[in-house]
Amino acid sequence: MFDFKVVTEWIDEGLRNLLPASLVNITECVLIGICLLVAYALFALALIYAERKVCAAFQCRLGPNRVGPWGTIQVVCDMIKMLIKEIIEIKHVDRYLFNLAPYIVIISSLLAFSCIPFAKGLEILDFNVGIFFLIAVSSIGIVGILLAGWASNNKYSLIGAMRSGAQMISYELSIGLSMLTMVVLAGSMQLSTIVESQADGWFIFKGHIPAFIAFVVYLIAGTAETNRGPFDLPEAESELTAGYHTEYSGMHFGFFYVAEFVNMFIVAAVATTIFWGGWMPLHIPGWDSFNAIMDYIPSLIWFLGKSAVMVFIIMWFKWTFPRLRIDQLLRLEWKYLLPINLCNLLLMVVVVAFNLHF
Amino acid sequence: MNLTLMVVVIITAMALVGIALGIARIISPRTFNRQKGEAYECGIPTRGGSWMQFKAGYYLFAILFLMFDVEAVFLFPWAVTVQDMGVDGLVNVLFFLVILILGLAYAWKKGALEWK
Repeated sequence: MFDFKVVTEWIDEGLRNLLPASLVNITECVLIGICLLVAYALFALALIYAERKVCAAFQCRLGPNRVGPWGTIQVVCDMIKMLIKEIIEIKHVDRYLFNLAPYIVIISSLLAFSCIPFAKGLEILDFNVGIFFLIAVSSIGIVGILLAGWASNNKYSLIGAMRSGAQMISYELSIGLSMLTMVVLAGSMQLSTIVESQADGWFIFKGHIPAFIAFVVYLIAGTAETNRGPFDLPEAESELTAGYHTEYSGMHFGFFYVAEFVNMFIVAAVATTIFWGGWMPLHIPGWDSFNAIMDYIPSLIWFLGKSAVMVFIIMWFKWTFPRLRIDQLLRLEWKYLLPINLCNLLLMVVVVAFNLHF
Repeated sequence: MNLTLMVVVIITAMALVGIALGIARIISPRTFNRQKGEAYECGIPTRGGSWMQFKAGYYLFAILFLMFDVEAVFLFPWAVTVQDMGVDGLVNVLFFLVILILGLAYAWKKGALEWK
């Protein structure tokens, strides 16, 4: 398996030979920042393109297909269009909070994005409390959404933000508890360690029944957390125009849009990391030649492939289920997912304590 | 090292928003129109502000969320060491969990989980 540490150490050594020691750290920080920005933008573009194509396929349309090969340049054009649109100054908004909201949303999504282990040795933040950190930073985004809705001084925005807040804090419990279930199995909160310990089998196979229940709950809660699919009532177009970002225009709106798409990827990537083995190739005990062949596929491809499947499932949700009402939504969380999750946690603890897992 | 990187990521995020908004403000067109500054509603002038008292139902769920989120915070350190503590740890934490589940059952019975 190719270790990306080779590349980073090679760059580090080259810089140390080239520059004085004090400049090396700063240069590396700038390089990391630039790589992060490029990766973030590329993921956002790829996801928007994928969403359009998948949506088109579900509705028996073609989707974008004029600009560039298979319409791939269309998304770039749209980004440029968004950049050159006017940012309208609204009279009655709380200007400070109104402008602050996109920063908070982007900071939370970028911090969560940088926790993800993309491949062996290719991760930016690797705390020993990784999962805890991930939950903490991803919940900051709620503050941004509430601020956006409150500061807009618009009734649609306020209702959208309140619904979004209620929905996101509720489903955050399920996300947290299903991750907790997997932490019990993994015995560690560090994301790289979690991936390493799945070398002999992915957690969804190792933890069998409780892991699978946790995965289903995580996927439902993750979809709700990104305000997508059947849970998109914070921005239900037919009743609330655009929910909490009604008053945002141009690039201001663009940030909410981009953050929403990248958050979907983050949910998919975390599902991949803690349930489906992260960048670990598929190994079947006893099939030595098969395992050797699987090892030839680069770890980055494994990770992106698995996340792509997860993203597709989340998109599939959106085009399959009708939108829920707010009371149905809260009932689903508090009366079904939360009790199931608590029981599932106990089941997992019993499985781990009595060594019933593989 | 991780903390330095966290600061780098935060600065990157702020730079992303700041620079993109700056560019947008420079190159985007700007026309003045009094109607543009109005709140986006039905078309007729808006009546009253929206900074007002809001439905208390949301508040109830926020309180419940607080209870269970703090529970999750307490459970995480235990979850990491559950393999070493074995059955003993399970029994001890079971009391904690049962009290919380009773709390949820109480809220359920009181009708706090109904959306009214």
